[in-house]
Amino acid sequence: MSAPVDIRAGAGSSLREFLHGLPGVDQVGAEARAAMLASRSIKTTAKQWALDMAISMIDLTTLEGQDTPGKVRAICAKAKRPDPADPTAPQVAAVCVYPDLAHLAAAEVKGTGIHVASVATAFPSGRTSVEVKLADAKYAIEAGADEVDMVIDRGAFLAGDYQLVYDEIAAVREVVEDAAHLKVILETGELVTLDNVRRASWLAMLAGADFIKTSTGKVSPAATLPVTLVMLEAVRDFRATHGRQVGVKPAGGIRTAKDAIRYLVLVNETAGEDWLDPDWFRIGASSLLNDLLMQRTKLATGRYSGPDYFTLD
Amino acid sequence: MGKFEYAPAPESRSIVSLRESYGLFINGEFASSADGRAFKTISPATEEVLAEVAEAGPVDVDRAVAAARRAYERTWSVLPAKERGKYLFRIARIIQERSRELAVLESLDNGKPIRESRDVDIPLVAAHFFYHAGWADKLEYAGYGPAPRPLGVAGQVIPWNFPLLMLAWKIAPALACGNTVVLKPAETTPLTALTFAEICQQADLPPGVVNILTGAGDTGKALVTHPGIDKVAFTGSTEVGKEIARECAPTRKKVTLELGGKAANIVFEDAPVDQAVEGIVNGIFFNQGHVCCAGSRLLVQESVYEQVLASLQRRLATLRLGDPLDKNTDVGAINSAAQLARIRELSEVGEAEGAQRWSPPCELPVKGFWFPPTVFTGVSQAHRIAREEIFGPVLSVLTFRTPAEAVEKANNTPYGLSAGVWSDKGSRILWMASRLRAGVVWANTFNKFDPSSPFGGYKESGYGREGGRHGLEAYLDV
Repeated sequence: MSAPVDIRAGAGSSLREFLHGLPGVDQVGAEARAAMLASRSIKTTAKQWALDMAISMIDLTTLEGQDTPGKVRAICAKAKRPDPADPTAPQVAAVCVYPDLAHLAAAEVKGTGIHVASVATAFPSGRTSVEVKLADAKYAIEAGADEVDMVIDRGAFLAGDYQLVYDEIAAVREVVEDAAHLKVILETGELVTLDNVRRASWLAMLAGADFIKTSTGKVSPAATLPVTLVMLEAVRDFRATHGRQVGVKPAGGIRTAKDAIRYLVLVNETAGEDWLDPDWFRIGASSLLNDLLMQRTKLATGRYSGPDYFTLD
Repeated sequence: MGKFEYAPAPESRSIVSLRESYGLFINGEFASSADGRAFKTISPATEEVLAEVAEAGPVDVDRAVAAARRAYERTWSVLPAKERGKYLFRIARIIQERSRELAVLESLDNGKPIRESRDVDIPLVAAHFFYHAGWADKLEYAGYGPAPRPLGVAGQVIPWNFPLLMLAWKIAPALACGNTVVLKPAETTPLTALTFAEICQQADLPPGVVNILTGAGDTGKALVTHPGIDKVAFTGSTEVGKEIARECAPTRKKVTLELGGKAANIVFEDAPVDQAVEGIVNGIFFNQGHVCCAGSRLLVQESVYEQVLASLQRRLATLRLGDPLDKNTDVGAINSAAQLARIRELSEVGEAEGAQRWSPPCELPVKGFWFPPTVFTGVSQAHRIAREEIFGPVLSVLTFRTPAEAVEKANNTPYGLSAGVWSDKGSRILWMASRLRAGVVWANTFNKFDPSSPFGGYKESGYGREGGRHGLEAYLDV
């Protein structure tokens, strides 16, 4: 990596120079590497460990227009006790909801150690004024969220206005202060190229992100292994040059235990085991949890039970 | 202990049913050698004896060549071309059906990781048969005239690094063009070739079209010097290749040789670094570096030398060395005690000549033949480890300043089999590719093979091409 550059002091042009000076990503090579790691065979004790680790890394998510207080209470109950039949199943890392429901979630998980993540800044498109975005983030924190998942302005990024994207992240960072962890959603499905993913990752980290997150879950493709690979390389290199560790959160499209384990292998062999911790790696998901629980029961008992033996939410 | 220790994930051996002893495959049948001689083949990962294999002598070579001649004259060369194609398609499909068995057997006998034999070797073997099956009845469109004729009987000698794949590279084009073959696999890796003989039986291939003779150097010599063969195809060391060239020079035999290499893998300052590092790893540690086209000389532009080296070392620390049958193994066993001795010797020479030797922390199994992934820095063109083929997991790192210097250094070798160029600049890649004297130039990748792409060397890396339209020429009378 090139020497650390003090971006904060720089004008837009130096930010552009820095981002365009990052080494390129060869898409074919990145996809081949991700596919190779996906072929790792995780069995027995390793699988056991990975299933529990994956459960404890989940941001259990509901982000629908039809979300109600009832739905939020239900996922909070699921978050606290994912498998009522097996108290050894770990609880998840966080619940993730819209800002207007954050206060309900906060009340439900109080004292459990489960975090409350709220999306903000005009999620998912981010198409509104800065004032509204900042107010949105502020509202989420006041409602009790201790993690804010903001979206970047993809339009500005694609138009090359990196400074605008940077300034918005920095402004949200200022509003959030230490009250909450800031996760920055890159919406990689709209950035499309892996070069863009690398640049957006660095941009977000330089602007103060605690976590970089792939997707809103509202755009397809959402999280993919190659995209997550590139983001893991970015946090690894950022720590090496800037001395600060940043987390990674793939979100959307991760539905099976097999998928989740592939992500853990990717973390293990790319950023390294320092990131194998719910403080540094999260998986944004909803239906994934039950598949992890089913596999966990299968491993413990040797038998599959049907989906009816696991609670819906 | 790391946080996430992968539990053993061994591929089951039960799919392979090893026989205690294997005969020679002559005229469609297995038979012991005329003088009853045999040798043992072992698993290089454990030194376990896998089977006993007949050793062919001159009498057996005579019989095999005679069988091949008969089959050539009476059956194969007069069979309608589309029928030849059907046999090859059938063989390709059987290889696919038996792919897991072949992969396990290859890893057992050769020591290569199951991930490679499963994902690279065997799929490419099938691909080579499918590709050449398609050519069988289309040879008039290959650019060698309206009705190109086969040569006759081919004597083929292959190495131990990609046993079944090298067999496919030799047999598929020979048969597609209408020749019959006598093939000798390497003495340390005969088992997949013998299983291939069974596949020929299973496919009802007419007797004598494919003959497999197991044995060592003497058997190979008896085969290539036999007056009854029309064509010699050899893949192996430059030393043996030169001897074959000398032997065949005064004869009418057509010869193709695919020999050693000391390929430059050239990384420019604008390279996609993470993928380049993967390419370096794949270039030299793929198949334990037992690859004639391995990227054994890394040329890094000086301006990114430290960054690339640091990334490479970090990456090498994640390589998993061990049981070839474990699905998570990246680096398997060295194929033989003799090869291990040579790798050790040249590595010691490297140190003695003043290069810095580095390996990641890596526990080697007690039994079997093992060598850790090794990187030499501070290497210059004058070092032996920068000039001689080591044929093991040993990388020599050199630097360059300008594209012209990179070309000069890359070409400054008696070999010329392959090269790699890593750069985000397309025009530079093309500029380099037109100046590198190597049979294959990979751009932003390494060790990628395809049956439609010709493969072969410049200078001491041999002559003739295998694969693609170009590869057909070696088996046609043109």
